[in-house]
Amino acid sequence: MTEITALHYLVVAAALFVLGVIGVLTRRNVVIILMSIELILNAVNLNLVAFSRMWGNLHGQLFAIFIVVDAAAEAAVGLGILIAFFRNKETINVDEIDLLKW
Amino acid sequence: MNPGMHSALNSAVTAANGGMAPVATPWFFYSLAALAVISGVLVITRRNAVHSALALIVTLLSVAGLYLMLYAPFVAGVQIIVYAGGIMVLFLFVIMLVNLDRASKDRQFNRIWPVGLAAACVLMALFVSVIVKGKALFTDRGMPLSESSNTQQIANALYGEAGRMGQYTFAFEIASLLLLVAILGAVIMTKKKI
Repeated sequence: MTEITALHYLVVAAALFVLGVIGVLTRRNVVIILMSIELILNAVNLNLVAFSRMWGNLHGQLFAIFIVVDAAAEAAVGLGILIAFFRNKETINVDEIDLLKW
Repeated sequence: MNPGMHSALNSAVTAANGGMAPVATPWFFYSLAALAVISGVLVITRRNAVHSALALIVTLLSVAGLYLMLYAPFVAGVQIIVYAGGIMVLFLFVIMLVNLDRASKDRQFNRIWPVGLAAACVLMALFVSVIVKGKALFTDRGMPLSESSNTQQIANALYGEAGRMGQYTFAFEIASLLLLVAILGAVIMTKKKI
């Protein structure tokens, strides 16, 4: 077994990021699309903490904490929009959400 | 505890961390990484949104384990408390509020899913080429940070130390403003009548 370097973490983060992108681009359910966005943000966080370890300073970890704050705000507002939309249209499928489509 | 004694303690801990190799690191890493990726696949393939949410919780917890392996215990704790404890509860509540019975019976993927999959494959090829070509760039450049003073160092950067503002104090205040705006937005958008 070789030693675990920052590269290993980058590979895991890249895999999680691509999974999140697949979820955003292919699913119809808005709740699962928002979960995929959380997956993407987690991949970014893992990258930042791995770089923090790689350079031996704290900035990556601080950025990761700010991204967690951002993810919380995004989830609250996104789910609020979803509830408001569900109340009006009775659907949560993205391809039926086309009010702005001309 | 006086400050001089504290910093001596910290440097002793740093020396111990640097000199001692972590135990069983590769096995922990590979099992946590496999758990994260497998439950990540479950998140985007499950029909029932509650199952997706539970798989996402497993992913978040294993990523928290990876943070612990990267000498970032505070970020791991934030990950567990805020993500697995806060955001996922929010998701589960919303799944409960929006009735998903109909949504879980019909088509799960949109009509242009092959295009999305192809785009994701191109993105993955880009990542693979970056990682293969830039392999030499990603070597460790510094000593691992001290785990025991991690929280204290993060607090110093966020809140400042010895009466001075820290490097991230302003960003921290802006983040609290962002959370306030998000609370107001969520409350106003979920109200029936404004």
